Amino acid sequence: MIERAAIAACCALACALSAPAVSMAAEAGPAPAASRAAGKKAGGMVAVGAGNHLPVYPPSPEEAVIPMKAFEIDRLPVTNGDYLAFVTKNPKWRRGQVPRLLADARYLQHWKGPLELGPDADPDAPVTRVSWFAAKAYCEAQGKHLPTENEWEYAAAASETSPDGRSDPAFTARLLGWYSRPTPKVLPKVGQGAPNHWGAQDMHGLVWEWVLDFGSTMVSSDSREDGDPDKMRFCGASAINAGDKEDYAAFMRYAFRSSLQGPYTVGNLGFRCAR
Amino acid sequence: MRSWLLAIALLAPTAAFAADGHPTLPASKVETGGDSLYVLDGKYTDQDGKAVTLAKFRGKPVLISMFYATCPHACPMLVSDVKRIESELDPALRKELQIVLVTFDPDRDTPDALSKLRDLHKVEKDRWTFLRTDPGTVRELAAVLGIRYRFTPDGAIGHSSVITLLDRDGAVAGRVEGVRQPADDIVRKLNAMKK
Repeated sequence: MIERAAIAACCALACALSAPAVSMAAEAGPAPAASRAAGKKAGGMVAVGAGNHLPVYPPSPEEAVIPMKAFEIDRLPVTNGDYLAFVTKNPKWRRGQVPRLLADARYLQHWKGPLELGPDADPDAPVTRVSWFAAKAYCEAQGKHLPTENEWEYAAAASETSPDGRSDPAFTARLLGWYSRPTPKVLPKVGQGAPNHWGAQDMHGLVWEWVLDFGSTMVSSDSREDGDPDKMRFCGASAINAGDKEDYAAFMRYAFRSSLQGPYTVGNLGFRCAR
Repeated sequence: MRSWLLAIALLAPTAAFAADGHPTLPASKVETGGDSLYVLDGKYTDQDGKAVTLAKFRGKPVLISMFYATCPHACPMLVSDVKRIESELDPALRKELQIVLVTFDPDRDTPDALSKLRDLHKVEKDRWTFLRTDPGTVRELAAVLGIRYRFTPDGAIGHSSVITLLDRDGAVAGRVEGVRQPADDIVRKLNAMKK
């Protein structure tokens, strides 16, 4: 019972305090990363080396350390220009053609037309307002796949200098600084963030990104946990064992993903692919 | 950026679970009365090894769900839940109703395994279909049905249990989330589909 009470308190506190905590972090955070030469196209992938992924919220004690094989991930988020080429080639994914089952009414709403970007969608800015189904189809059309949550988080844990920057307060504070800023109406071009250890850019600071198994890892699925499946992973028992209790940025990513549904499109949710 | 606040606010309602300590995940929400599932072009294989698409079931009311054959608790309960719904139906409607169960686990659930499972549950062969497909289509169907799932290190699959009712055109007409849940609503909707 004590544990349950503690869990409830942890959950309530975390949820209630998240907003002010973020604002404070933003004020205290360092200046944004230095601008780099903007990548023109999202073409090109970077190699992410094999290693151990330490999820912030392991779904079970056996998954506290996840051995990762080497894989490749897009250096940059998929841009409006890239996505325009995709829908030009694949009419079924054009705005107005996609069934509501696979993308909600706001799908590519900021584009001027089904095959025209217009002033609110810079060709070099990340494409957003795409559903999970659309993002998945795009990656498959390139012979790639949407990164799994583990792949994405593993690649995104890298700072500019280390494969795991999560223990660097300056790194995490900078991520939170972004989370506290409103999304501009017209998103900036990709490629302006500093490359991380693997060479990937804009994994933080530009848009949220879809993952293949969004929302599925939020909850403990360990049947040995006394049969009370109500223990949500991030507000529950395993949150106490969370790898890094300071990593609010990851907390928000996991929470955000778990609220998504496949057809959802959001103005600051884009994607990149892996293979 | 308020999306994450929304995310946290939305977490609570997504937490619906099955009983018995079986690995489960909350289901996500699905709108009813939308598009037909039959726009999906995923390729499936049935328990007899025959290639099918979901559109095969067009014209009939369908209860569709997802499971895996080595599942110890929730999946047998799922079958008994479907049988319970069936037992409350108007006999004429029941005769038409198609039950479609798609496995999360195409690696282990071969057509032979599916066929044995159908025999094990002693279901009517002309109305119950067990399907497997590729992992990408499994993910796609799960997303459409609002079913969350994940493979666990011990070989089990944590998943939400959802029985979805499709109307004769393949649009979602109702859902039952969780196992051993009241099914009055779906029974009423099914009976209303009687020709």
